[in-house]
Amino acid sequence: MIQQILFLLTLLGFAIILRKRIVQISRTIRLGRDVKIDGPTSRRFRNMLLVAFGQKKMFSRFIPAFFHFLIYIGFLVINIEALEFIIDGLAGTHRIFAPYLGGFYTVLMNVFEFLAVAVLVACVVFLIRRNVLKLPRFWSAEMTAWPRLDANIILITEIVLMLAILKMNAADQILQHREPQHYPSTGKLMFSSILIPVLEGYSTSFLIFVERFAWWFHIIGILAFAVYITYSKHLHIFMAFPNTWFARLQPAGYISNMPVVTREVKSMLGLPIEEPGTNEPPGRFGAKDVNDLPWTSLMAAYACTECGRCTSECPANITGKKLSPRKIMMDTRDRLEEVGRNLQNGGNGLDDGKSLLDHYITREEINACTSCNACVEACPVLINPLEIILELRRYVVMEESGAPASWNAMFQNLETNFAPWKFSAADRFNWAKD
Amino acid sequence: MNIPTLSELTARGETPEILFWVGCAGSYDDRYKRVTRAFAKILIAAEIKFAVLGPEESCTGDPARRAGNEFLFQMQAMNNIQILNGYGVKKIVTACPHCFNTLKNEYPELGGHYEVIHHSEFLQQLINEGRIKLTDTTAYKGKKITYHDSCYLGRANGVYEAPRAVIEALDADLAEMKRSKTRGLCCGAGGAQMFKDAEKGNKEINIERTEEALNTGAQTIAVACPFCMTMMTDGVKAKEKEQQIKVKDLAELIAEAQGLA
Repeated sequence: MIQQILFLLTLLGFAIILRKRIVQISRTIRLGRDVKIDGPTSRRFRNMLLVAFGQKKMFSRFIPAFFHFLIYIGFLVINIEALEFIIDGLAGTHRIFAPYLGGFYTVLMNVFEFLAVAVLVACVVFLIRRNVLKLPRFWSAEMTAWPRLDANIILITEIVLMLAILKMNAADQILQHREPQHYPSTGKLMFSSILIPVLEGYSTSFLIFVERFAWWFHIIGILAFAVYITYSKHLHIFMAFPNTWFARLQPAGYISNMPVVTREVKSMLGLPIEEPGTNEPPGRFGAKDVNDLPWTSLMAAYACTECGRCTSECPANITGKKLSPRKIMMDTRDRLEEVGRNLQNGGNGLDDGKSLLDHYITREEINACTSCNACVEACPVLINPLEIILELRRYVVMEESGAPASWNAMFQNLETNFAPWKFSAADRFNWAKD
Repeated sequence: MNIPTLSELTARGETPEILFWVGCAGSYDDRYKRVTRAFAKILIAAEIKFAVLGPEESCTGDPARRAGNEFLFQMQAMNNIQILNGYGVKKIVTACPHCFNTLKNEYPELGGHYEVIHHSEFLQQLINEGRIKLTDTTAYKGKKITYHDSCYLGRANGVYEAPRAVIEALDADLAEMKRSKTRGLCCGAGGAQMFKDAEKGNKEINIERTEEALNTGAQTIAVACPFCMTMMTDGVKAKEKEQQIKVKDLAELIAEAQGLA
């Protein structure tokens, strides 16, 4: 009974913390500008199904995709077991499904164990890729101490959680022999039974302790991990789904229109304006801070797991420029979290004397972008760093007239000669004469 | 060359099959003017009834928009749309992927609705329909050609196959670079980079790409974009290979094989 109460309190405690984090995150996302979500729902559904659920884009690089797929399937399937954990914890039962499912329970448990081992192996492979092989994309400039530690914490936590399952099952199997009245049979579990010889020498009371400890460790581990995830890059496991759903459906080359500008240009040219503007004062042109960005870009920042495929494909980054599309997403999230903390502490929120542009992302970075869409193409969860870069450029040019001098010269040529170069408009047709 | 303008045709009460949108590079850049002429010759040989805007054409606004100057972009766009709609233009062909992208994807929202085709797609179509006759394929038969994907054609609009089909029509040996199609490396000129110096780094993007092209062992680097043309040509020069390696647009390759060059 005490265990049940403890379990209920633990569950409630974590639920409260988790809820607070979810509220906080959605609050920061809603700081973003409203954006029209159009296009057929069927295509959005398809994107979510293929890209998030089906991991389609991951497989452009097979090795990480394969191991990632093991962890992903492991996560989906092993969490079914968490359902039994929760029922057992609340009802004070032990393996409540075992007697009902009989032989099928054995099959299920063996599948879970196989996946636990697969996850374990995959996590070890990933740790080696990061820390021993030191793949360049995990060590580039923006991968400072915290992002590197975050990745390792996630992998090690997953390994430890999987070990807890296996250890719990091993102890359980011994106890099934010793006290069958309390421990319903699970049948032979292929992987954890390997651990049986290690534990067999211990007393029953110690094994009960081991089993209970591993059980509590696993369930608290899962709950604590769920909270940790909200602070971590690992949040992609949830955010990948909405992000692929809301991903833009237009061809990648399309840049979103600014209706405010359209109204202004139309009135300058004396053209009829179909959609008259509201009386709202126009916001900033482009983006200086996170609240100037569309909310979808902010959500995308939470969906980024810092894999760095974007950066490893970026022509500017490859040739040593400061720009890294991954850093654009990491900076956006860092700024968002900062604003969120400000707001939560009753501070000034956005008006803290800082902004996304300049305090996080420099002009040198955004000026280096060739808008080639390599980063967009590379992202396994359809994040679009280019959208943020363009909004920042819009702010620099339209609010500050701060473009690089040669761009200003190009603008001037466009205004006077209707071409980006200094050639007379009258000479435009000369190519046919030569 | 005798190239009809849309205003002349309209004055005669005629309507062309297509409008050939030349673009600024195609109009002013000495190297790309040769591509414009090659493509015009192909159109004439294929007996396509086409016209150009001539002096009435102006920049689509692409570099302004990508640099962040939305006002300037929309001014350009609105003016162009007024002219195009004034003539009742329905179908546009252009050799510039940047113009292609802007006309096709960004003008509709501002009131300009046209069928927009890139010249690589149009060439493929004409070859398939037998309207282009490749009389002299000896020039490239079995020769290695590598194709550099333009970002605004490839990733931006998913046109990967048409340019390759055009090269294959020459009986050439198409040698792919390490990074191609969806993973093709940019030449370095997109996003208005054409109009400024690169930011500080340890290498120019076009050199990185040119090295990749040279590694294929191809004698010809085929491009389908005026900016790529400039960047790759400069890259080949920087590598002092301009004697051995030629950078050519698809239209030039076809015009040569038709004996029009």
